[in-house]
Amino acid sequence: MTGYLAIVAARFRALLQYRAAALGGLFTQVFFGLVRIMILRAFYAASTTAPISLANVTGYVWLGQATLLLIPWREDADVAEQIRSGTVVYELTRPLDLWGLWFARAVAWRTAPVFLRMVPMFVIAMLVVPAGWGLAPPPSVAAFVLWSISFGCAVLLSAALTSLMSVALMWTITGDGLPMLVATCATMFGGLVIPLPLFPGWAQPVLYALPFAGMLDLPSRVFTGDISVAHAPWVIAHQLGWTLALALLGRWLTSRGVRRLVVQGG
Amino acid sequence: MQIVVEDLAKTFRVAERTPGLAGAVRGLVRRKHREVAALAGVSFSLAAGELVGYIGPNGAGKSTTIKILAGILVPDGGRVEVAGRVPWKERIEHVRRIGVVFGQRTQLWWDLPVVESLDMLRHIYKVPAAQFRTQRDELIELLDLGKLLATPVRQLSLGQRMRADLAASLVHAPAILFLDEPTIGLDAVSKLAVRGFVKKLNRERGVTVILTTHDMDDIEALCDRVIVIGDGTILSDGTLADLRNRVTRERWLTIDLGDSGEVSDPDATVIRRDGDRVCLAFDPEVVTPAELIRRVTSRHVVRDLFVEHPPIETVIARLYQHDRQR
Repeated sequence: MTGYLAIVAARFRALLQYRAAALGGLFTQVFFGLVRIMILRAFYAASTTAPISLANVTGYVWLGQATLLLIPWREDADVAEQIRSGTVVYELTRPLDLWGLWFARAVAWRTAPVFLRMVPMFVIAMLVVPAGWGLAPPPSVAAFVLWSISFGCAVLLSAALTSLMSVALMWTITGDGLPMLVATCATMFGGLVIPLPLFPGWAQPVLYALPFAGMLDLPSRVFTGDISVAHAPWVIAHQLGWTLALALLGRWLTSRGVRRLVVQGG
Repeated sequence: MQIVVEDLAKTFRVAERTPGLAGAVRGLVRRKHREVAALAGVSFSLAAGELVGYIGPNGAGKSTTIKILAGILVPDGGRVEVAGRVPWKERIEHVRRIGVVFGQRTQLWWDLPVVESLDMLRHIYKVPAAQFRTQRDELIELLDLGKLLATPVRQLSLGQRMRADLAASLVHAPAILFLDEPTIGLDAVSKLAVRGFVKKLNRERGVTVILTTHDMDDIEALCDRVIVIGDGTILSDGTLADLRNRVTRERWLTIDLGDSGEVSDPDATVIRRDGDRVCLAFDPEVVTPAELIRRVTSRHVVRDLFVEHPPIETVIARLYQHDRQR
């Protein structure tokens, strides 16, 4: 275990160096957060019934913006570079499971940029933005604790999908196809374009069965209280179930991939 | 025997397509593959504590062999045992006991200081803290890394990086070290540093080393035994002296002339003339060095002379040529 944790820690530290990117991302995400809320406010002003309250959907948008980079928008850049250049040979000379190693890398890759943006984003959304436009604190301590757990599970879920995409590189080398498909699905079905509760009723069971809901949507709704404390364990079960399924698939594919591995270059 | 390789074979499938647009379109529908045999029946064995040079032209199968021995690639045929284990079957247990350096690639974390990479490797290999400290301090001293520890790897020169990479491969004190072109691209001073370190490691700690290189000075400075591979098969395996004798008995007599006459002898050929310096190649079984020297000194004013073996590059180049002509 310590080996994997050491990899998470090392990559986390390496990624914290990208402060300028975080600052740039922060401004962009605050701006788009305000735009999304403006559009939603206009919709809510024209509508009488809504499946989620305006306050909760506003919080949903801010939490989505704050944890935006949890979206597995592509395979692990480091692993892709390693496979392209052949440095991947070193990964196989470590006494670690290859999938586990890539998963550990992905955990750090998904969390470090999110942490850099999340804290200032929370400050802005809670304190700077005018009343009614901001993020309200969770309704109870229990909701906050459950959100923390659910957020952790979202990291694992996103990392599992990221490493699955990385594993796919063993078959394609320059695999832009699968990541593009996953990124589109994750954005659309993850609630980043339209909050999932606002999709038509018939689509809800499908959307909430897919893994993408577990990354931004479900944790955010636990935070705002849109999902009750009593129902929150089901959210965590959904996230962990998908994480496990994707992890098993990833490990199986890795063991197949290693056998047919061709290392690029001399 | 610590390392046993028997009849090792590995074939790669290389995708091919006819050049141009038509070829690209055809490639979309039907791919043509060509089988390339990287290894076609390689056998050798190594005792613990040996330092072996593994050489051959580009594409001969050197790196493929190293990668199979390191547990990275799975061969198509043959048997391999390293310290009693089949590398690709028990990869995780196997790699705990080996160190690997690929000269063209770094195993250090690009964005982090060297010391953090070493520390991460300590956790990965589960080296006890006290043992790690002694080991690390020793490596730092031997490889002169003290001043580089806090520097991010991306800011190191190639020579510095290679020294740090060697340290990284030895954090867990492996009994076997695979070095794939460890001196590639290094300047003379860095090469000497790497050679000195590898020699010390082998002599003082008894670490078994397999080294691939294109630099024959590496071989001459380090290796008692040389395995030459070409087109996936072993061309020669033995000491440097054996290799020389197998390929050519030839020796070179270099003379600094005091006059400017033409040097010629029925039993020797002039292979080079550079001002007053003349180099003659001869076969010592046809004419002894003493006899040749007597003949030359009787006919010319000679300021200085020496007899040497042809450089190992020449020997190896001839071996490759023989192989091609076969």
